[in-house]
Amino acid sequence: MSWLGTGTQRASRLAWIVVLLLLIAAPFIGVYPIIVMTALCFAIYAMAFNLLLGFTGLLSFGHAAFFGGAAYVTGWLVHEQNWTPELGLVAGTLAAAAAGLVVGLIAIRRQGIYFAMVTLALAQMLYFFFLQAPFTGGEDGIQGIQRGKLFGLIPLENDLVLYFFVLAVFVAVFLLVLRIVHSPYGQVLKAIRENEPRAISLGYNVDRYKLLAFVLSAALAGLGGAMKTLVLHLATLQDVRWEQSGEVILMTLLGGLGTFAGPVLGAFTVVGLQNFLSDRAGSWTGVIIGCIFVLCVVAFRKGFVGELLAWQKRRKAKDVKPS
Amino acid sequence: MTEIFGIPLQALLGQLMLGLVNGSFYAMLSLGLAVIFGLLGVVNFAHGALYMIGAYVAWFAMDRWGVSYWWALLLGPLVVGLLGALLERTLLKRLYKLDPLYGLLLTFGLALIFQGVFQQYYGSSGQDYSSPDALQGATNLGFMVLPNYRAWVVVASLTVCFGTWFMIERTQLGALLRAGTENPSLVQAFGVNVPLMVTLTYAFGAALAGLAGVLAAPVVQVSPLMGANLIIVVFAVVVIGGMGSIMGSIITGLALGLVEGLTRVFYPQASSIVVFVIMAIVLMIRPAGLFGKEK
Repeated sequence: MSWLGTGTQRASRLAWIVVLLLLIAAPFIGVYPIIVMTALCFAIYAMAFNLLLGFTGLLSFGHAAFFGGAAYVTGWLVHEQNWTPELGLVAGTLAAAAAGLVVGLIAIRRQGIYFAMVTLALAQMLYFFFLQAPFTGGEDGIQGIQRGKLFGLIPLENDLVLYFFVLAVFVAVFLLVLRIVHSPYGQVLKAIRENEPRAISLGYNVDRYKLLAFVLSAALAGLGGAMKTLVLHLATLQDVRWEQSGEVILMTLLGGLGTFAGPVLGAFTVVGLQNFLSDRAGSWTGVIIGCIFVLCVVAFRKGFVGELLAWQKRRKAKDVKPS
Repeated sequence: MTEIFGIPLQALLGQLMLGLVNGSFYAMLSLGLAVIFGLLGVVNFAHGALYMIGAYVAWFAMDRWGVSYWWALLLGPLVVGLLGALLERTLLKRLYKLDPLYGLLLTFGLALIFQGVFQQYYGSSGQDYSSPDALQGATNLGFMVLPNYRAWVVVASLTVCFGTWFMIERTQLGALLRAGTENPSLVQAFGVNVPLMVTLTYAFGAALAGLAGVLAAPVVQVSPLMGANLIIVVFAVVVIGGMGSIMGSIITGLALGLVEGLTRVFYPQASSIVVFVIMAIVLMIRPAGLFGKEK
């Protein structure tokens, strides 16, 4: 089993294999596939967001515009223009990338807290656009979207078939993010996160790196939203609201900022929690989510995975100490 | 009737007046944000929720307890200010050593909580709330009919804004505050109780939002979401003006309110996004904002 590596690396790879096997087995052991698919879509969204905040250090408060915007584009193309689902997904992702390019170009002119406010404001502008544009159906959204046939062959209306398609896309996005972060490009992103002036003085064109990270993140967030449209048969205003931009921050923070497993874990936790609460707590759900948000920021900033890694580090440090 | 570009003068002036009213709210809210940001380094996302709470306190006081408008005007800011002090003491002070982004996230969570709680008890629809008898009716100025309450809102908020400006820029207390903004540890070394100053500053900013809420209650619908939609526009106002200058945020707020009013006359569809478009343009030309300093 040498391909698994050693030590911590081995443990984390083993964990991923177990998770993947569990995900593959999930629909056969009585888990409702729609919920898992929704969680997977949000996990894609959160991974995209983490690429920006966790690995580049940019807090976007407007990612819902890409997530929900792509959902509208895909929904409209598949529903009204009878595009096949894969083309709809690609178009939604590209639309999100284009929107990300424009928003990114404007937003990277400011740093830190202003960056967050600018992205929030631009996303709100897009929200008003979607509210008024004729193709989005206003308050009703686009409903009853047919999933169609993948490549004109594979019928996605079957939940099980769609499940494995969503899972495949999720794994692909996960590997892509892993690849990006470990590439030389990803190393520069981390350098920018750690010390931007130093990265500039080393001769990196920081703005271009940041812009590309923003576009990539927007595109992947869009892919998550576009996929969610197919899963749930609808695209609504809910997905472009500022609350949705906040939710992805919570997912990433709760799971563990700047880790690979964190956003996935966070997305599953939040989606699961919302599902659990919506029956029991009804409209208190928003308040409970807000409370978790506050607790997370005040006392649990490393998130699940971050705390786990810190604990491992402490244990290792204890072992190394001479007795 | 006089017309300008095919728009009746009455309608134009009416919309400008409405724009000025909105502009005064922008000014008061962005002023509070700027004061809080200056000393605490926290972008207060909960500002919109505090504004909403101010409006509800006024509604509650007048509708349930039969308190007069003028007392509500005092009660609203007081309650919201106390709430602000409590939030600062219990939650915000834990975050000062961290990246300012955490302050934004914490106050975002608080905004979700407040909004959710009020939605739970009052639903999402608006509450009726009438302006005080003394300010009802309108005055005919000859060229336009001026609703008294709106005139009062503009006068009251301008007075408060310029009062705040005077206090910060021209008094001993303001000098301490500005010194605290520059270098809190040095001010502490001179024997000033900086943590208390920080708490009072946050409470003051919150109280300003609460006051804006009370003033706004009779002109806008009082609903749990009223603050959330406004705060994002105010963020854009703050980005346009730059948070460094007190006078800058007052002027930017008023000006953008007027621009919004004008847009509502000439191209109503764009009135909800015009502030964001201006923000994008300003960022392209002057990234630090109109009154901001490049760091």
